[in-house]
Amino acid sequence: MPELVVTVARFGFLILLWIFVFTVVGVIRRDLFAGARSGRLVAAPRGVGAVLGQGGKPARVKRGKAARQLVVTAGQLAGTRITLGEAQITIGRAEDSTLVITDDYASARHARLVPRDGQWFVEDLGSTNGTYLDRAKVTGPTPVPLGVPIRIGRTSLELRP
Amino acid sequence: MTVAATSTSPPTTTGGQSGVRLARSRRNAELSLLLLAMVLVAAYGAMVEASVLDTVTPSFWVPAAALSAVFLGLHVVIRFLAPFADPALLPSVALLNGLGVGFLHRLDLARATPAERAELATFAGTGGRQLAWTLISVALAAGLLAVVRDHRSISRYAYTLGLAGIVLVMIPAVLPRSISEINGAKLWIRVGGLSIQPGEFAKLALLAFFAYYLVRKREVLSLASRRFLGVDLPRGRDLGPVVVVWLISLLVLVFEKDLGTSLLYFGMFVATLYIATERVSWLLIGLVLFFGGAYLAYVLGDVVGGPFANFYLRANIWLDPFADPYNDGYQLVQGLLALGSGGMFGAGPGAGQPLKLPEVQNDFIFAGLGEEIGLFGLSALLVVYLLIVERGLRAALAVHDSFGKLLAGGLAFTLGLQVFVIVGGISGLIPLTGQTTPFLSAGGSSLMANWLLIAILLRVSDAARRPVTGGGAPSTRPTGGPPEQLHGAPTEVIRP
Repeated sequence: MPELVVTVARFGFLILLWIFVFTVVGVIRRDLFAGARSGRLVAAPRGVGAVLGQGGKPARVKRGKAARQLVVTAGQLAGTRITLGEAQITIGRAEDSTLVITDDYASARHARLVPRDGQWFVEDLGSTNGTYLDRAKVTGPTPVPLGVPIRIGRTSLELRP
Repeated sequence: MTVAATSTSPPTTTGGQSGVRLARSRRNAELSLLLLAMVLVAAYGAMVEASVLDTVTPSFWVPAAALSAVFLGLHVVIRFLAPFADPALLPSVALLNGLGVGFLHRLDLARATPAERAELATFAGTGGRQLAWTLISVALAAGLLAVVRDHRSISRYAYTLGLAGIVLVMIPAVLPRSISEINGAKLWIRVGGLSIQPGEFAKLALLAFFAYYLVRKREVLSLASRRFLGVDLPRGRDLGPVVVVWLISLLVLVFEKDLGTSLLYFGMFVATLYIATERVSWLLIGLVLFFGGAYLAYVLGDVVGGPFANFYLRANIWLDPFADPYNDGYQLVQGLLALGSGGMFGAGPGAGQPLKLPEVQNDFIFAGLGEEIGLFGLSALLVVYLLIVERGLRAALAVHDSFGKLLAGGLAFTLGLQVFVIVGGISGLIPLTGQTTPFLSAGGSSLMANWLLIAILLRVSDAARRPVTGGGAPSTRPTGGPPEQLHGAPTEVIRP
């Protein structure tokens, strides 16, 4: 084997190895740095700690006034309660929603509840039939007071302390 | 922040069409990557023959073609059984496996006399055996994909698997030394000419059990805590399981004389614990316990000797490999010299002297490869490992159920930790231990167990990337209980 061929092959192999690596990176590039759809393991692992009075960050939430639970008051899932934490709650028919509602008038990703500094905001995610806070249609992020029904199709949800 | 991340996905309208945008299975990307990997393996084989034999034989492509056939078979199986599985996993693993077979074949060529070289059959020698093991392992992985259609069904056998795992770990420790000991580590079962390393399989079984156990206990473990020095410390009684696993791993260290396996089990448990609870305190507790235990073993090895002597010796070699370069430190010193003489770009495939390295086909395969492909090539291989681990963790992030998250996260971490333990060992970063390099080292047990691990990761990533099928079939859900999808969230149903 001529020396030149061996040298070219040697470096060619190494370069091909790295080309493989970068091709793999190219294939997975789109979700390499993207956020996860549901990174957290549970909706509220630490939020419950605030109830025990021992948790870290949720301690900022004022006692007595803060919402602790999301309760479904009407619809097929009536009676379901979700303990609220720091994580947002997504509502819709999609299986990856925090609260999967089986309502004919609900969209796959219908709305979400997002906590900001102890206050929960409801936000419509472009649903077909809209989200209503009491009687008003939700257009942007809207603060949700305690006990006021959020209506999605035939389902009603309320925040409870 | 999760809020920002989710807002990027556009909302979908009512109906069954919501999954269309996500429904790219990317199987064709996998196929082309796989072909590229196989081209690399074939090129490696050709270059080895060019260096060792001074000529490229007409049959240089046979091992690469056999491997390609096997991996293409698995690719077809994935197309049917896990169509949305991660496209990067199979080609990356196939590349490592193929280069492993190629390097082992290269060792056979170097060992054989010129007369024997011509007659070296495809399945002969270490390389040929590894090729056969690859065949069996890939078939097993395909079988696992066929049997386990939903990774959640594994959790039904969690306690059985946990028990099986502990039994598998313990077998070599109780067996007589003549059956279980190779090179000072009691990790084996040798029956006839066949040696099995049950710990490799125990890893998978134990991890399935850990994942199931922690899904059930994570709330207790993450909530009840006391705050001390800015860290949330768990209550004393909740430390029970982690202490038990720590004791088991120390027993492994003492009776099987293997730091690597012990570190692997313990690290595996602490990592799943951390994934389950999101508490940094568990990592700190784990690190303190492990380093405390290892230091204690070192001191005991110095003072008492006996079962700790092996660890003491290895730690001393690590502290100063050149103290006794011809006896105790021989292996590590030869490994370091091989890596050093490889330099930046290596001597070229087939141009090194791997036979000077003891155990080059097992523990020191990375040093042997390093001599020939250099730092440039080794770092590419490390990045391939990194990508495999990243894909595993990504599957864990994206999958919806807690058990799947813990299983995939734990398995991916274990694979990464094993690479760290062995590569750290041969490069002198940590004391050298007898771990196999996943997919590269010769050995059926390791190859089979790691392919099964990849099969589970493929299964979980398929579940994670499978598009949401719109409205589903609400009527099939049992009424009265909470819907299945809620089980990741802490919900309770008020029954009137």
